[in-house]
Amino acid sequence: MLCLILWAATPHFLTVSNLLNVLEQTSINATVAAGMTFVIISGGIDLSVGSVLALAGIVLALALETGVPVPAAIALSLAIGAACGGVNGLLVTFGRLPPFIATLGMMSVARGVALMLAEGRPISGFGEGFRALATERILMVPAPVLITGLLYLGAHFVLARTIFGRAAYAIGGNEEAARLSGVQVRIHKPAIYAVAGGMSAAAAVILTARLNSAQPTAGIMYELDAIAATVIGGTSLMGGEGTLLGALIGALIMGVLRNGLNLLNVSSFIQQVVIGVVIIGAVLVDVSLKRHKR
Amino acid sequence: MRGICKEYPGVRALDQAALEVRGGEVHVLLGENGAGKSTLMKVLSGAVRADAGEILLDGNAVDPADPIRARGLGIRAIYQELSLVPHLSVAENIFLGKTPTRWPGVVHWARMRADAQRLLASLGVALDVDARVGSVRLAQQQMVEVARAMADVARILIMDEPTSALSEREVGQLFNAIRRLISDGVAVIYISHRMDEVFRIGDRVTVLRDGAHVATRAIADVSVAELVRLMAGRDVSDHYPKRTHTRGEELLRVDNLGGNGLRTVSFALHRGEVLGVAGLVGAGRTRLARAIVGAEPVEQGRILVKGTPARLSSPAAAARARIGFLPEDRKQHGLVLGLSVERNISMSHLGRLSRLGVVDRRIERREAEAAVSDLRIRTTGPQQRVLNLSGGNQQKVVLAKWLAARAEILIFDEPTRGIDVAARHEIYLLMNRLVEHGAGIIMISSDLPEVLGMSDRILVMRAGAVQAELSAAEATDTRVLQAALGVDGEQGARGQSGGQLTASP
Repeated sequence: MLCLILWAATPHFLTVSNLLNVLEQTSINATVAAGMTFVIISGGIDLSVGSVLALAGIVLALALETGVPVPAAIALSLAIGAACGGVNGLLVTFGRLPPFIATLGMMSVARGVALMLAEGRPISGFGEGFRALATERILMVPAPVLITGLLYLGAHFVLARTIFGRAAYAIGGNEEAARLSGVQVRIHKPAIYAVAGGMSAAAAVILTARLNSAQPTAGIMYELDAIAATVIGGTSLMGGEGTLLGALIGALIMGVLRNGLNLLNVSSFIQQVVIGVVIIGAVLVDVSLKRHKR
Repeated sequence: MRGICKEYPGVRALDQAALEVRGGEVHVLLGENGAGKSTLMKVLSGAVRADAGEILLDGNAVDPADPIRARGLGIRAIYQELSLVPHLSVAENIFLGKTPTRWPGVVHWARMRADAQRLLASLGVALDVDARVGSVRLAQQQMVEVARAMADVARILIMDEPTSALSEREVGQLFNAIRRLISDGVAVIYISHRMDEVFRIGDRVTVLRDGAHVATRAIADVSVAELVRLMAGRDVSDHYPKRTHTRGEELLRVDNLGGNGLRTVSFALHRGEVLGVAGLVGAGRTRLARAIVGAEPVEQGRILVKGTPARLSSPAAAARARIGFLPEDRKQHGLVLGLSVERNISMSHLGRLSRLGVVDRRIERREAEAAVSDLRIRTTGPQQRVLNLSGGNQQKVVLAKWLAARAEILIFDEPTRGIDVAARHEIYLLMNRLVEHGAGIIMISSDLPEVLGMSDRILVMRAGAVQAELSAAEATDTRVLQAALGVDGEQGARGQSGGQLTASP
């Protein structure tokens, strides 16, 4: 419906090239939101995803600059992201810190390390082979969209079908009951945060390839976009329920809105107001629908 | 209340329910879990709206569409979970939402304190109105709730299992307050599962079954057996069903277990027996259970499963050793309420249901369907959320979870607390069936008749240690109580004659 309204307002919106453009722009937020969905379903929150994205991007760029082969550099970047998330998870699980605090700390630490490694400056200019990750098109579809799509398929399978996914729902629904039922909270919980960190790093790979540049200041406020997408998609901040499909739809709604408002030449100040109203409105509708069902 | 109907998705909670209550009486509302008592009371107190039916007050149709309007009609409810603000004083809590003011926005403290004192005195309670509610005992908090209801000049007061957390003396205090209320013409609707209380305080009783009105009788004209039959719709002849007891090989041996509030606890559990664990609240019974299943750390001693020392460092390890724990607080510790029946059941043994970490959902579904029919869990299907099940059915889901995990050692902590008579009976029959098939059960219970009726052997705990071990033949309520209190012979028999074995918190 949103798309139809935007189409009526600006015919350019429904052109194939613009729609693909929206998808490509959305791929970063959608990827981060996928990891966020795991954490929020388990009853937590991860504020560090934006900073982890920056750090993973810088590590990737430095590795490429020193001549590390592309696959190895990507693997290193993903490992750094997962490690940051893993540390979050360990702090939450064994240090018994509230996720808000642990990831708030990591948000600052990862950002600082990224700035230190990059000496405060962007790192630009990579080989064609790496940039193909952003520029290549398969059947007209841009590579970032494909990568995000594949990540979503994989993550959906993990969440819906595996022990790990079940554990995420059970821990978010009632951690003590899950533990007493034999769910291995001490293993699964750190892993959930590691997934979020890994997804941030995957987003960093896409972003770095698209911009042909990694910036230590990348990803600021991305955590809020990711939380917004997750919540618009119907995942409860209380934990225990939510889906990846919802997060994907949430990210798309935000992307479509931004794009449409841009095409309509709405000032970016007003855009912020609109996005905020949509977040609140979507959750209000969701809450009242759920209350009705009970 | 006439012809009240209420339907939830998949469940018909109320089906032409009716209730007639007179001023100045204690009207007991009885029924199995899921019979519709709570829903009916929620309709009356405005918490939910009925789909059909009418409510008459003094012969006039009224519509308590929300709690505020119900309150305006003089209808107040006190639920099991108290709704007090712990950091405010007794007086402030009593007048919460209708604080007397001197000028607009300025509290009239002197009047509020005096009024609070007067209300509490009229209930026969001596309580400092300036005390913080969080610092007074649970029974007194309940009195504050009653006083708060009376501050509204309540005409109908609904009490949902008000005594579940009270000691014997506190129950007496509460009953005195109730008697004062009814002598002032207030109607009290009283929901309880404890038959002794029903007969002590009730004037008339209405029985609901499957959301419908079954019978209304004067308490003086009915017997326990008749009430149970009315509730269940069948005869529940034997309160504690008998079974043949054949003691098999040793399943579990606990050797000098200690630390974390436990002092060198030793005992053994065999196949085919129910080992009752009695003791006062705080004697360490739940701690012992949690230590065995690895939920709490152990400092000394060891645990042997079938003769082999086992390292049970987490509940997951205990589950692998085929030990299942059914906690006292099902909603907080036993179930993930937001998840479905099948997901709760599969949670204990996901490893066995999976290949390479991928859960086989067909086997999961089949297991859940088998459990639902085998344990007679009343549900719309394996996909229903356990949130919407009654207490007895929730307990069955917890049990199903451990049976599906093939647990052989089952630790029940207060297996029938908050569960009605008929569902209790079903739980007992299930326990018997399990031990007959070679399981061993540890049953922690504060309900002395239950311990005596169900156990083959009884451990009595006191202050973190086993005070006595009694066989079923030698156990009597007096002996168990003596051991629980740590007194010998004549001393302990005085004044205590069994019944509920509950200490004040």
